[in-house]
Amino acid sequence: MRTITLSHGSGGRLMHDLIRDLFLKNLGNSFLNKMGDAALIKSAARKLAYTTDSFVVKPLFFPGGDIGKLSVCGTVNDLAVSGAIPRYLSCAMIVEDGFSYADLERITISIRDACRSAGVNIVSGDFKVVEKGAVDGIFINTSGIGEALEDSFIDIARIKPGDKIIISGTIGDHAASILLAREDLKFKTRIKSDCSPLNKLVSSIICRDIKFMRDPTRGGLATTLNEISAASGYNIAIEESGMPMKKSVSTLCEILGFDPLYMANEGKLIAIVSKNAAAKVLSKMKRHALGKDARIIGEVKRERDRKVYLKTQSGGLRILDMITGEQLPRIC
Amino acid sequence: MKYIDEFRNLDIAAKISGLIKEDAKGLGEMNFMEVCGTHTMAVERFGIRQMLPENIRLISGPGCPVCVTPKNYVDKAIALTSLENVIVFSFGDMLKVPGTNSSLFKQKSKGKVRIVYSAFDAALFAEKNQDKKIVFLGIGFETTTPTVAATVKYAKKKKMKNFFVYSGHKIMPPAMKLLASDKRVNIKGFLCPAHVSAIIGMKPYVKVCEEYNIPCVIAGFEPLDILHSVLMLIRQARSKKAEVENQYNRVVKFSGNIEALRLIDEVFSINDSDWRGIGVIKNSGLILSKGYREFDIEKNIDLPEVKTSADKGCICGSVLKGIKTPLDCALFSKKCTPENPYGACMVSSEGACAAYYRYRK
Repeated sequence: MRTITLSHGSGGRLMHDLIRDLFLKNLGNSFLNKMGDAALIKSAARKLAYTTDSFVVKPLFFPGGDIGKLSVCGTVNDLAVSGAIPRYLSCAMIVEDGFSYADLERITISIRDACRSAGVNIVSGDFKVVEKGAVDGIFINTSGIGEALEDSFIDIARIKPGDKIIISGTIGDHAASILLAREDLKFKTRIKSDCSPLNKLVSSIICRDIKFMRDPTRGGLATTLNEISAASGYNIAIEESGMPMKKSVSTLCEILGFDPLYMANEGKLIAIVSKNAAAKVLSKMKRHALGKDARIIGEVKRERDRKVYLKTQSGGLRILDMITGEQLPRIC
Repeated sequence: MKYIDEFRNLDIAAKISGLIKEDAKGLGEMNFMEVCGTHTMAVERFGIRQMLPENIRLISGPGCPVCVTPKNYVDKAIALTSLENVIVFSFGDMLKVPGTNSSLFKQKSKGKVRIVYSAFDAALFAEKNQDKKIVFLGIGFETTTPTVAATVKYAKKKKMKNFFVYSGHKIMPPAMKLLASDKRVNIKGFLCPAHVSAIIGMKPYVKVCEEYNIPCVIAGFEPLDILHSVLMLIRQARSKKAEVENQYNRVVKFSGNIEALRLIDEVFSINDSDWRGIGVIKNSGLILSKGYREFDIEKNIDLPEVKTSADKGCICGSVLKGIKTPLDCALFSKKCTPENPYGACMVSSEGACAAYYRYRK
C-alpha cells in the first residue's frame, strides 16, 4: 500500500511532488497555483466575515461524507449563517506517518467536490506529517473569508419576543450516521450524514426579516437554542410535535435512548425570523433542496431567564438544557 | 413512528390527566414509586409531573441498573482494562459511572473499552480475535439478563476460551420488597417496570402486593402508559384494593417470557448482591451457575486488588430508595454534575439525579 511518510512533510522533493500531483491537480486555482507564501486577494467594499474550524472526526469516512467534505462544509456554513458569501478558504492538514495515500487522495477529491458545490476556492494550504500516533490518522483545519450579503442584517441583538424559529430540515442525521459508523452497533440501516454546504440556501432566503442564523452542529438543536437564549436574553419555547426527523433517525434514537435534539447536524440551520415574515421565509426555504423539510418549530418568548422550554408531544412542558458530555447508548 | 406516536397523543394525555385530577381529589398525599429508571427518565422527558395534581407524588426507585452497580464493581472493571490482552465490552451508559479513581470512559481512549448494544456482539468479536480476552460487563435486571444468558450458551456451544462475563446482574422483586417494608418511603403504589415484566410476568409482584398491601401496576414507558397506570393506581387506592394490574398488556403476558426465564435459570444462579447506596440485599443478584463457570471472569482471572473508597456526602442511596429526591442533596448541581459526578445517579441515562439535572435544574 502506498503511504504517506515523514519525508512527505520534510519540504523536499517528495513533498513538492505530492503538492503537485495531489493538491494542485485537484484543488488548483489562480490563487493556489502561484504557490506563494500567502494568497493576495482583493479586498471587497463590503464587510468581511472570517472564521476557522478544526476537524478531527472519527471515522474519517462515513455514509454521506468524510473528513474532507466536512472540513469545507463546516467553514462554509459558519460563514453562510453569519450572512456572508463564502469566497476563500485555507486548508491545513496534519497527517500521521503511514497514512494511506489512497485515503488522502479520496479526502482531497472530496474537498474539491465540496468546494465546487459551494463555489469557493482553497487559496492557501499547509501539509504536515507527524509521527504515527501523534494524530488520529488525519486532522484538518480550514479557515474561510466571506463577503457580507447585501441583504444581510444578522445581529443577535435584533431578536425580539414573538420572533419565530425555523429549522431548515431533519435533525440528528449527522450524529446518527457517525454513531452507526463508529461503535460496534450492528444495525442494518444506513443513515446518511446531512453534511452539505448551506451558502446557496442562505442566499436564497436572506432578507432583513432574518435576524439571526446558526448551524446546530455539536450539541445539536437544543444546545444551539440555549446559546441563542443566553446571548439574546430571552426565553425560547419550541414544540416537539412536528419536529422534522427522519424515521430511521428517530427509531435509532428510541432504541439507543438518544435525544435527537442534542445530536449534531452538518447541513442544517436555525433561523430566527420576525413573526410576520416567518411564513414567507419558510416557503422560500422549502423551495431549496436543502430546505424542503424546513419547519417553524417555536418562538422567542417575553420572559428573560435565559431558558429554553420544550412542549412535549404529549402536552407536558420541560426545560431543554445544554448538553453535558456526549450521549452514550443506554442499557435497556 | 408506529406504536410510539399513538402513546404520546396530546388529546388523550389531557383527558387522562383530567380523570386523574378528578379521582385524586380527597385522597391525601400519595407516593407512587416508579421502580424503573426508564420510567424516571420518561416522566421528566415528557414533563409528566406537571400533568399530575399536587397530592400525587412520583418518586424514583432503584431500577436504574447502572446506578445500583457498586463502586467496587466499577473499580474492578477498570482494573480489568489494565490487564494485557483484555478488552472490556460494555453497554454505553456504564462508561461514565465514577469509580474510585477513574471511569471506564477515561479508559476508552486507551482502546481497552468498547461499547456494544448486545452481549452477542462482544462474543462475535471474541470469535474473530482469538488472541484477545473479551470480558463483557453483565449489568442489568431481567431485561438484559436473558440476552447475556443466550450469549453465554452460544459461547459454550462454540467452546470459546476467550469470552468471559463479569456478572453484576440483579433481580428486581427483592429490592421492591425491601422498599415496601421501609416506612420512611411510605409507598402507596408501585409503577412496576415495563420490560422487566415482559420477562418475569405478573406473578413475582403478587407477593409484594399481598404481603405489604401495596397496589402494583405494570406500566409501559410511553407518556400515556404512565398516565394511565397512575390513574389505575389511584382507582385501586380509592376502592381500597391492592392488586397486581397490567397496563402494559400489549407486551407483558401473565407468565412473562417463559423461554427467557428458562435461559436465566439455566445459565445463572441466585446469590446475595450489593446495591450501590443500599447495601447487600439477600438473593437479589445473579452469578453464572456451575455449568457455565468457565465463562465467569471472577473464577478464571485473578482480579487485581482494588481499593474502593466510600462515597462521601453523596445521598444516592436515599435517592435510590425514594426517601430523598436529588434536590435534597447538598452536592446536587453544585459539586455533583454530569461533568464531575459523585454518584452514579448523576451519570446514568436512567439516573434520577441525571433526569432532574437535565430537565428541571
